Amino acid sequence: MIGYVLRRVAGALLVLFGLSVIVYALFYLAPRDPAVLTCGKGCTPERLAQVHAAMGLDESPVAQYGHFLQGLVAGRDFPAGPDVRHCPAPCLGYSFETDQPVTKLLADRLPVSASLAIGAEILSLAIGIGAGLLSGLRRFRFLDRVVNGLILAGYAVPVFLIGLFLLLLFCVRLQWLPFPQYVPLTTDPLAWAQNLLLPWTALAVIQSAGYARLTRAGVQQTLAEDYVRTARAYGLPERRIIRSRALRGALVPLVTLTAIDLAAIMASAVLTETMFGLPGVGQLLVGAVNQIDLPVVVGVTLLTGFLVVVANAIADLLYAAIDPRVQIR
Amino acid sequence: MTLLRRLFDDRAFATGAVIAGIMILIAVFAPLLTKLAGQDPTTFHNELLDSARGGVPIGRFGGISGEHWLGVEPGTGRDLFARVVYGARVSLGVALSALALQLLIGVGVGVAAGLGGRYADAALSRLTDLTLAFPSLVLAIALLAIVPQNWPRPLLLAVVIALLQWGGTARITRGETLSLKTRDYVAAAQVSGAGPWRVARREILPGLAAPVLTYAALVLPSNMITEAGLSFLGVGVRPPTPSWGQMLSSATTWFRADPMYVFLPGGLLFLTLLAFMLVANGVRRVIDPRQSEVLR
Amino acid sequence: MTLLSVRDLCITFGDTPAVDGLSFDLEPGGALGIVGESGSGKSATALALLGLHTRATIDGTIAFDGLDITKATDDRLRAIRGAGIAMVFQEPLTALSPFHRVGDQIAEVYRLHTGASKKEARARAIEVLAQVHIPDPERRADAYPHQFSGGMRQRALIAMALSCRPRLIVADEPTTALDVTVQAQILDLLDEVRTTTGTALLLISHDLGVVAGATDDVIVMRAGVAVESGPTDQVLVTPREPYTRELLAASPQPSAARPISSPPLLRVAEVRKHFPQTRRRGLRRLEPVKAVDGITLDVRAGETLGIVGESGTGKTTLARMMVGLIPPTSGSITFDGVPITRRRGRSVQMVFQDPLSSLNPRRTIGESIADPLRLQGMTAPRIKVEELLVRVGLSRSLYSRYPHQLSGGMRQRVGIARALAPDPRLIVCDEPVSSLDVTTQAQVLALLEDIRRERGLTMVFVTHDLAVLRQIADRVAVLHSGRVVELGDVAQVWEQPQHAYTKELLAAVPVADPVEARRRRAERRSVAR
Repeated sequence: MIGYVLRRVAGALLVLFGLSVIVYALFYLAPRDPAVLTCGKGCTPERLAQVHAAMGLDESPVAQYGHFLQGLVAGRDFPAGPDVRHCPAPCLGYSFETDQPVTKLLADRLPVSASLAIGAEILSLAIGIGAGLLSGLRRFRFLDRVVNGLILAGYAVPVFLIGLFLLLLFCVRLQWLPFPQYVPLTTDPLAWAQNLLLPWTALAVIQSAGYARLTRAGVQQTLAEDYVRTARAYGLPERRIIRSRALRGALVPLVTLTAIDLAAIMASAVLTETMFGLPGVGQLLVGAVNQIDLPVVVGVTLLTGFLVVVANAIADLLYAAIDPRVQIR
Repeated sequence: MTLLRRLFDDRAFATGAVIAGIMILIAVFAPLLTKLAGQDPTTFHNELLDSARGGVPIGRFGGISGEHWLGVEPGTGRDLFARVVYGARVSLGVALSALALQLLIGVGVGVAAGLGGRYADAALSRLTDLTLAFPSLVLAIALLAIVPQNWPRPLLLAVVIALLQWGGTARITRGETLSLKTRDYVAAAQVSGAGPWRVARREILPGLAAPVLTYAALVLPSNMITEAGLSFLGVGVRPPTPSWGQMLSSATTWFRADPMYVFLPGGLLFLTLLAFMLVANGVRRVIDPRQSEVLR
Repeated sequence: MTLLSVRDLCITFGDTPAVDGLSFDLEPGGALGIVGESGSGKSATALALLGLHTRATIDGTIAFDGLDITKATDDRLRAIRGAGIAMVFQEPLTALSPFHRVGDQIAEVYRLHTGASKKEARARAIEVLAQVHIPDPERRADAYPHQFSGGMRQRALIAMALSCRPRLIVADEPTTALDVTVQAQILDLLDEVRTTTGTALLLISHDLGVVAGATDDVIVMRAGVAVESGPTDQVLVTPREPYTRELLAASPQPSAARPISSPPLLRVAEVRKHFPQTRRRGLRRLEPVKAVDGITLDVRAGETLGIVGESGTGKTTLARMMVGLIPPTSGSITFDGVPITRRRGRSVQMVFQDPLSSLNPRRTIGESIADPLRLQGMTAPRIKVEELLVRVGLSRSLYSRYPHQLSGGMRQRVGIARALAPDPRLIVCDEPVSSLDVTTQAQVLALLEDIRRERGLTMVFVTHDLAVLRQIADRVAVLHSGRVVELGDVAQVWEQPQHAYTKELLAAVPVADPVEARRRRAERRSVAR
């Protein structure tokens, strides 16, 4: 067990290291100079040099990366005029554009992305498993076809298209809902849910398609297994067989997928957030990329990479916990 | 071939195949079609816009007329038919090129990992896992924002998508290769003196065709969605090259005033994706009836 | 009153009849065997007894304890399943739910039928697990099925069958998936259960030997019809019907001894094969799996050497090393003095066990046979391939057929043809007849012997079935845990086994003679005590 944890941690660090190197490398291929943007209008060569130094851009890329790593582990000091700013560990630097600490920026926006991801996930699971189960049991032929069709449609649509459609329908035509504006959970739970309803639905349409398909296939496959035949041969009632054997077998892959999907939603939340104007981590990224705001881009990339890696590790652990046949290797 | 007949017996597949075929034809013959319409995708027609209402096209349904078959774009007045048709070219072109590259890299890595020794397998699997763990959308955005403006954008998009998303193909290929490797007919060939290259070519590769094709049929629409998403965010193809994703992005500001501008590229995108999904489903059902996993 | 009475049972799937007019009786505490090859309808009969068919039309009557199963309501059927009639299936691994503990599964069934409390049910589960001689039943009840070995899983299934004290146990090929020594143990267990609890037993198998020692009466089925029925002692010793005689004759018969004293063709010297373990404990790896652990033997020119062992003893690994497919971890294998890896394709060939997976499904069988010829440089192999097809008893026209269009026996003949194609001097056969019906098995064995004699081939025959070796082999090597524990002439090993494991194997071999079968059971029981 210890060996497993250590190996996963090592793997995670490797991924994060690789990610940070790639992002740094990318920015050194950038043709534009972020200092120019920060310097603004009326930029003289001396001022440019000053900005360069203030941003730490006058050093070599390797040295910059080294400082960055150091900051992550032990904190860093930045020159700020005559004083020195201390940035405690884990230090992700200060935004080139707004000069705010990156960690604060991320912390402010993480709850938004998390609200989006968790809510969407719960909704998708409820719809997906329900539809998949009903369809997989083949009780109602008609329902099976409808679900099949919806699964196909759900898969085939990009999230921003659904979002657009939902906005058009519910906010413009029917006017049932106002345009989404994020309200934190702590301020007003009802408004929070109401405003997130459309983004959740947009994501859920696509996610639940996948879950429904998986559940349906899983249920059908499990019902054909020998141990279901044994259960029937010993007189177990059909309902109990479905609950304790069919559903159980079908849900194993689903549970692990949930962990991975949560991270995936946050990693690709960019589109949904932009579509609905939610001030989350993804939206931060798009802005930062356009401004060549290196510390923010690195920060967001590392955060999402970290979430993905952790989610994968949790998924593996869950799988081993749920399926007695699987052992931790 | 009975395979084709079985495929086309499935009405869903047939419908999908026909629609997909039409879309591909539209994409290929885009220049011809726009010439027939007498328009082009880049000319501004400001006279067709109502500047009083902020640039909304004059006339119903976004300005449909005998000259402009699908109306004009709000804000710029460019012919929508031409833009939509050229947009098909970008969407399909990028998606197909990316698919070709993904297959090349993915199958190559997968087969090498499956047939290679323990160390080759371990190294390549690690590499694949690494690629799969990267938040690809985030990296794609970063990559695309960095690259100089004068590089051919659609090609770049295809390369970026392929480089970030070959992992799934590699994983499936490796799994299938490992499974095929244990079949007795492979051992029989080896006993008869076949070397590793011959075994790979004659025994393994043909066995891979079915599962890889099934997977590839789903990767194509996924690529289209990725390209549309990137263009939607503004990091995909640059103006004035039209892309359905990009049009949808502008459409978000116009949808109250000119909903046609949303429906046209949006509806076409949905239709094309649905068509390819039906094709993929049909292929999967015929070629590999036991495959029931969700392919991600 | 008769416990089970079946009259004119007809089971049809679509328009194919699986069972066509079957009638038999079973008294309380009796033991009936149903014997037949695949497709004879025996499994369909078993499932019909519990009303488990969903897509078949069933005619006739099945009267169990007075109730007609074919007309019973769902509720009545469910009450009978497990409590009146209990079934033991063929594949113990897949027959138990992998997500629930073994004890829990047995307790669940018990509670369902008796309404007992959780504690009582668990006590009963442990009780029946002990009854089937599972060691340490309290701890084992909390284990999952995949943590049991194959034989223990089957015992657990029998325990589940016993839990509700049924009046009839139906065992459908209960030993087919097990090793021969374990098979004997399970059959002994079923016999013990029957005599101690008075439960009736319906034993279904394709193997006459399985049925011989465990039943009082037997029915021989073919294509859905009962060909012959009567007391086991009568049917298996003095059969009336030609089909029954054919079945009995198809069982392997000992052949005349052939002393071989020619020089060795293939030498295996101190060969070991270790596979690294992938599982770890902490950060270290576990000991490697020692599949083959120091084997030395010679294969003499012109002989048939049999290698016998149960699953996991390393015989397949050894066979594959002998043809040069797997390199040994240490030791050497030489053919005519030259290392085997340099002789591949020309002098040595292999016939595989599973005829379906040994032929490329996308290639015609003609092309599959032609493959080794093409590898040797022949550009127009068709004529030779057709000759080979005829030699193995197939028609020339099958050249352009695909493997899935042929039966199992025909596919195996194709495999033999392919092995003969490059004119090898040595052929290694890895369980070539294990997945075939007993009559097909006899035909393929006859073919192999014929070819060997005609071409003066040397053969190595790997199998788990000692009886087959008695017919076809000259010398026998007995494998256990990766080592050769006994090596000698077949007749000698059979009559005067030296090693304890060989004796155990011999005592477990199922024989079709009921008297002999009972004697062996008594012998096994005395050894166990």
